[in-house]
Amino acid sequence: MIPASLLGRLTLAAIPYHNPIIMGAVGTASALGLLVMLWVTWRGLWGYVWREWLTSVDHKRIGVMYIIVAVIMMLRGFADAIMMRTHQALAEGLSQGYLPPDHYNQVFSAHGTIMIIFVAMPFFIGLMNYVVPLQIGARDVAYPFVNAVSFWMTVASALLLMVSLAVGDFSQAGWSGYPPLSETQFSPGPGVDYWIWGLQLGGVGTLLTGINFFVTILRLRAPGMSLMKMPVFTWTILVTTVLIMLSFPVLTATLALLTLDRYLDMHFFTNDLGGNQMMFTNLFWVWGHPEVYIVILPAFGIFSEVVSTFSHKRLFGYASMVYATVAIAVLSFGVWLHHFFTMGAGADVNAFFGIATMVIAVPTGVKIFNWLFTMYRGRIEFTTPMLWSLGFIVTFTIGGMTGVLLSVPGADFVLHNSEFLVAHFHNMLIPGALFGYFAGYTFWFPKMFGFRLDETWGRRAFWSWLVGFYLAFMPLYALGFMGMPRRLVHYDNPLWQPYLLVALLGTFLVAYGIFCQVVQLVVSFRHREALRDTTGDPWNSHSLEWTTTSPPPFYNFAKVPQVEALDAFAHMKEQGIPHRAQAPFAPIHMPRNTGVGVTIGAITFIFGFAMVWHIWWMATGSAVAMLAVVVMRANDDDVDYTVSADEVVHLETCGMIPTELRIQGYTQ
Amino acid sequence: MTAMTHAHDAHAHDATGNAVFGFWLYLMTDCILFASLFATFAVLHHNTANGPSGKELFDLRYVFVETMFLLLSSFSNGLAMLSLHRQNRRATVQWLVLTALLGLGFVVMEVNEFTHLVLEGNGPDRSGFLSAFFGLVGTHGAHVSIGLIWMTVMMGQLLFKGITPAVTSRMLRLSLFWHFLDVIWIGVFTVVYLMEMI
Repeated sequence: MIPASLLGRLTLAAIPYHNPIIMGAVGTASALGLLVMLWVTWRGLWGYVWREWLTSVDHKRIGVMYIIVAVIMMLRGFADAIMMRTHQALAEGLSQGYLPPDHYNQVFSAHGTIMIIFVAMPFFIGLMNYVVPLQIGARDVAYPFVNAVSFWMTVASALLLMVSLAVGDFSQAGWSGYPPLSETQFSPGPGVDYWIWGLQLGGVGTLLTGINFFVTILRLRAPGMSLMKMPVFTWTILVTTVLIMLSFPVLTATLALLTLDRYLDMHFFTNDLGGNQMMFTNLFWVWGHPEVYIVILPAFGIFSEVVSTFSHKRLFGYASMVYATVAIAVLSFGVWLHHFFTMGAGADVNAFFGIATMVIAVPTGVKIFNWLFTMYRGRIEFTTPMLWSLGFIVTFTIGGMTGVLLSVPGADFVLHNSEFLVAHFHNMLIPGALFGYFAGYTFWFPKMFGFRLDETWGRRAFWSWLVGFYLAFMPLYALGFMGMPRRLVHYDNPLWQPYLLVALLGTFLVAYGIFCQVVQLVVSFRHREALRDTTGDPWNSHSLEWTTTSPPPFYNFAKVPQVEALDAFAHMKEQGIPHRAQAPFAPIHMPRNTGVGVTIGAITFIFGFAMVWHIWWMATGSAVAMLAVVVMRANDDDVDYTVSADEVVHLETCGMIPTELRIQGYTQ
Repeated sequence: MTAMTHAHDAHAHDATGNAVFGFWLYLMTDCILFASLFATFAVLHHNTANGPSGKELFDLRYVFVETMFLLLSSFSNGLAMLSLHRQNRRATVQWLVLTALLGLGFVVMEVNEFTHLVLEGNGPDRSGFLSAFFGLVGTHGAHVSIGLIWMTVMMGQLLFKGITPAVTSRMLRLSLFWHFLDVIWIGVFTVVYLMEMI
């Protein structure tokens, strides 16, 4: 363990400058990053970015930043997808495709890791950051500073993943990193270490977020909002945070044990000296299966809000929706073994987990019917969020049925590890998670920025995504039945190629959908005056986030709302209760911005990088620095400030504080 | 670690209560982390790879003394909290120093045990069983060590800041943490040491 050099095992040879594909990607990513920085410099915005964003502890700012991270990582993950599809469409018979096997393996490992950990997670965490405190009538989360720390740890681990592109390589062991392949014996390079530290450090941030939002929802709700008066989105987030708290510690432990195997030659999961690989597989999926519901349940919450709003009806079966959510969460801990029926646990064990898996279809079915009955006899408006929801209901049901098929252990023995499985989980996660986030993004965009998104481009994006999805993944079901295993770098069966070409076509259509979303953003920004939301309630919706202005003031509500019924805002509108606070106002306590969060993120990144490359002095140094920063923060009792009643009056009437009243604590 | 006081806020909420509640939840997540390590130990404890088993390696009397150090430190931590609630800063710090010394004794004994094992060639790289042993016991030891650093910081805060609401809130959480580590150790003592000796 003595370092050979000052830079551990990092040498110039770690930079793959001989590989034009990787260097092209690195060049593009760095050029884009550089352009953004140049633009910020040119506009002289660094002070603003630092004061209002990087140091912010405001849940709304942090929420937007989470979504930006998710979108950037989605572009990266989707680039990986296009590369894989193109390669597989080519690599038949004499053609070897264009990716060498070691590069191809990295691409599919990175694709899975990025899409789950750095797209799905930050996307819904961003939406919940923005929306949940507003929905429950709170001014911020329970621990605003911890929220910033969570975010910056996520950024640090996402950055670690991006750096793996340029310095060294990424894991070739798949997104699930099964040993013994991920052990030093078979993966001696830094790739698996990038994977470990990316997941580990981001995972800690997610765990903190889970605790933070659980406490926020249980303790900071507006007076009158009992649990069964909470909006359904908040309910799904509450259940999601429970899943996070119960499952992420298992991931932390599992990755730590693999780390010990790799760094200190221990034998938890090795082939020899008493290690047990299947223990990793079990532990990984004890986290991994609930993780699926962690990314899907929030989307269910979004669909519920959207379907109810655009059907202009109350949600059908609110209570059953809540209980179904809780039931799915409980069941999600009893099915992990269905990810490896072929392990050889025996018929009885497999039967138990197979039946438990099928049972999950019941509460999920309850939800599907609730959405259908909500739409029944409603005055449905086919807005973009509603289209995403409808596309989800149909597509997700198909994916659910293939899931029930896979839950039969006998069938699973045939379809295990095939393209059928790839089709199945994409069929769950793309409509079940991503479509939901897109619906939520379109639905809450006017709340975040004060203007709606363009409908025409939104519809184009939806239809491209939907048709593209079917073209890209339905052929994979067929390929699974035809016996094509997943993750193939090359194959000798001309019968498969037409299907893979159709799948490639579908991917290009999805790419067009993403292009439409980019255009939608630009067009909407240019037409923002026409799309302006002046009411704060552009969709005539039902929950508290729509009672405040779009975008809301930094304190969310000048007066904390009083809740009397489920769908509190709809109730206020029906009863003619004024929902905007009137003077006199009371002073408001707010948390003070701090640079400690972003500092901790920077140190986390340096620590992760040092550990990947075995630069022990740097790892020790950053660990000590981390401890010092935490102790310094713990000694700082001046973490909040008061907005006086006068200032609230000014902010409520003209949206800003006059300079003579501007207090020091307002910004930093 | 933020303690906010919203005394004259219409939407007043109990900041210390929030902090303690959140910390409780953190402890429960830590419980699951330890549960994973206990499960790992249960799976691997027979996998000695022709190396020594726990029965050959452990000295129950040594571990009993170690255990007593930790249990007594929890008791003196309780006394520190009683002094804190009586607003007696001097006694609080004194009991805290005793707690830290007892905790340090525990850590030193554990490091000593580990060092002996490694020097005799029975380090964590020897077998799956020893990996699981070092992994579980070492994680607990790391927690105790972090608790000691925290305790030192709190001694400083008590001396320089006095018994403020924020300091009281942090002391409450520290004592939760310390007692929690005791509970985990009872599990370690039983599952790792006692059951291996049978």
